[in-house]
Amino acid sequence: MTQADTSRDATGGTLEASGAPGCSAESTHVAGPHAERLENLYPGTPATVDREQGLVLYRDMVLGRRFEDKCAEMYYRGKMFGFVHLYNGQEAVSTGVIKAMKAQHDWFCSTYRDHVHALSCGVPAREVMSELFGKETGCSKGRGGSMHLFSREHHLLGGYAFIGEGIPVALGAAFTSRYKRDALGDASSDSVTAAFFGDGTCNIGQFYECLNMAALWKLPILFVVENNKWAIGMDHNRATSDPEIWRKAAAFGIPGEEVDGMDVLAVRAAAQRAIERARSGEGPTLLECLTYRYRGHSLADPDELRAQAEKEFWAQRDPIKRLAVHLTEHNLASGDELKAIDREIDAEVADAVEFALAAPEPSGEELTRYIWAED
Amino acid sequence: MAETLLFNALREAIDEEMARDPHVCVMGEDVGHYGGSYKVTKDLYEKYGELRVLDTPIAENSFTGMAVGAAMTGLRPIVEGMNMGFLLLAFNQISNNMGMLRYTSGGNYTIPAVVRGPGGVGRQLGAEHSQRLEAYFHAVPGIKIVAVSTPTNAKGLMKAAIRDDNPVLFFEHVLLYNLSEELPEGDYICALDQAEVVREGTDITILTYSRMRHHCLKAVQSLEAEGVDVELIDLISLKPFDMETIRASIRKTHKVLIVEECMKTGGIGAELMALITEQCFDDLDARPVRLSSQDIPTPYNGTLENLTIIQPHQIVEAARALKAGVI
Ligand SMILES: Cc1ncc(C[n+]2csc(CCOP(=O)(O)OP(=O)(O)O)c2C)c(N)n1
Ligand SMILES: [Mg+2]
Repeated sequence: MTQADTSRDATGGTLEASGAPGCSAESTHVAGPHAERLENLYPGTPATVDREQGLVLYRDMVLGRRFEDKCAEMYYRGKMFGFVHLYNGQEAVSTGVIKAMKAQHDWFCSTYRDHVHALSCGVPAREVMSELFGKETGCSKGRGGSMHLFSREHHLLGGYAFIGEGIPVALGAAFTSRYKRDALGDASSDSVTAAFFGDGTCNIGQFYECLNMAALWKLPILFVVENNKWAIGMDHNRATSDPEIWRKAAAFGIPGEEVDGMDVLAVRAAAQRAIERARSGEGPTLLECLTYRYRGHSLADPDELRAQAEKEFWAQRDPIKRLAVHLTEHNLASGDELKAIDREIDAEVADAVEFALAAPEPSGEELTRYIWAED
Repeated sequence: MAETLLFNALREAIDEEMARDPHVCVMGEDVGHYGGSYKVTKDLYEKYGELRVLDTPIAENSFTGMAVGAAMTGLRPIVEGMNMGFLLLAFNQISNNMGMLRYTSGGNYTIPAVVRGPGGVGRQLGAEHSQRLEAYFHAVPGIKIVAVSTPTNAKGLMKAAIRDDNPVLFFEHVLLYNLSEELPEGDYICALDQAEVVREGTDITILTYSRMRHHCLKAVQSLEAEGVDVELIDLISLKPFDMETIRASIRKTHKVLIVEECMKTGGIGAELMALITEQCFDDLDARPVRLSSQDIPTPYNGTLENLTIIQPHQIVEAARALKAGVI
């Protein structure tokens, strides 16, 4: 996008796109081509939720948001170190996918932007916060840190800090699921694996290698792309030949879907379709969720590249507010009830901080523990 | 009893372990229908099916990563590197995932996987197919590294590697697959962390591994005739080193010669020498001596290739000089 492009359409209205809808890097949309794609997205049928399910989703997204806000606060107060990548704005993806799956049965794989995936998987906020503080009570015993959250108990295969490397690991979990069913004869083996990763990661070989293998062996896996338009400072449209990632599925003969990643019910519906296919042995799905991160790439990023109009466009489509409107409009919950949940979450996050602050440091005597399986 | 070729000894080990534990599986390029580039998995897919002996596309980093995920979720995969050199593409998976993941996860996961395949300098295979990756991988924490050298230890070590709950890098050698010998009967295993004292002696200790064991054996024959009594030790375990056996030998001989096929700089011998200096300094009557390959890409030309790696006569000369105290 050039400066001239940004000034052309100040109304933020929908523009007619020529050719493939809304994918052109020469978008004239005030908030850029990524926003244009979202606006032109064909709205699929969103998931229907009852009160209980709706509140689970709401609670999970608010937890993700408030937890990350607290992380920023703690980072600036010097309680947490290293590279810390926050998930604000993308909550509908984690919640929409993971809460449609079976906890402690299905498997989940994340990246360095993994706090909220861990929370959605059910890893207690206390354990995640402890890990960020480097404490012994952390889910990785203080050895992993922000980018390496693991929980075998909650089937979190881990946060992987190198681009793309989590995808093959997730593929391995999906392979195990099929192996148990078909090689070990365990008919009850029907776990599905979800691999989360970003738009920039779709330019690395492992992405394509794993789409190929998953398709070849019909592995029960969801490739969930969190397309937030940016890979640190690299605009998605400058990094890839066809910005519509979901279309790449066709080359492997598997279903690909473009999803409104700011709408948890849309993500949930797409995830449910993909999970259903995976569980019944029909193989993988590529979901491209159009989303946006509200904050810089990490807490160390001054975030100077992204246009204000772009940020505003996505902020107006906040997934939490959107679900709140849905729940109240459909009389599934009242505004007061949601506010009460917000307060509960604040208390939970405050408790996590308190717990983590008071928690013990790992003992220096155990510095070399956990290298070997026996130790 | 009939003799068994080394590649068949490996095959027997994999076959027996697959029969013993249904979680053991093989994955890699051409391991199934084709039987493996050196026939180590020949016909196993017919016996165990295509999922347990999985032919993968040519995608080293992804199928190695897949093995990591499979191991984390309960399987015991054996990954074949068609040539160990190709696993440079999977360096990330071997170091970041296999090596570090148990630690960074605070013990959440274990990775019982074996990564095996042919390494070493063959006969005029060219630089890329003549690599000694054991040195490149040596600094990776959390992995065990072994190098096999005979049909007997190949079988026993393969079984041990498969049963081990840690990731094991398992180096075979392109030129040793057709060695043959009579195997011990029954279900035996060799300890992954134990060096093998090939020949006991009192004058000097020679430490070696993989194909160089056989070069050393040739050298030992001539040295014997000259009255040099060599204690020959095959390291077997390149990580961790069996320092107990090494220390005991140096306490006896007070002189040590290291013979390796990897390059000198940053090699296995370099680390070994450092440890010996640290741990055996007072027992040494002479500085430790190291015979390594040249620090160059292995040339194609046969004469140049022979000049690149250590030959038996060089071992004889070095041992002779070491014994005579002129080194
Ligand atoms: C192999 C590798 N190369 C480079 C990096 C540095 N890096 C970290 S995040 C990132 C951008 C990734 O963008 P994307 O996949 O879109 O994910 P997002 O951060 O937007 O969630 C890069 C280049 C890395 N972690 N790993
Ligand atoms: Mg991105």
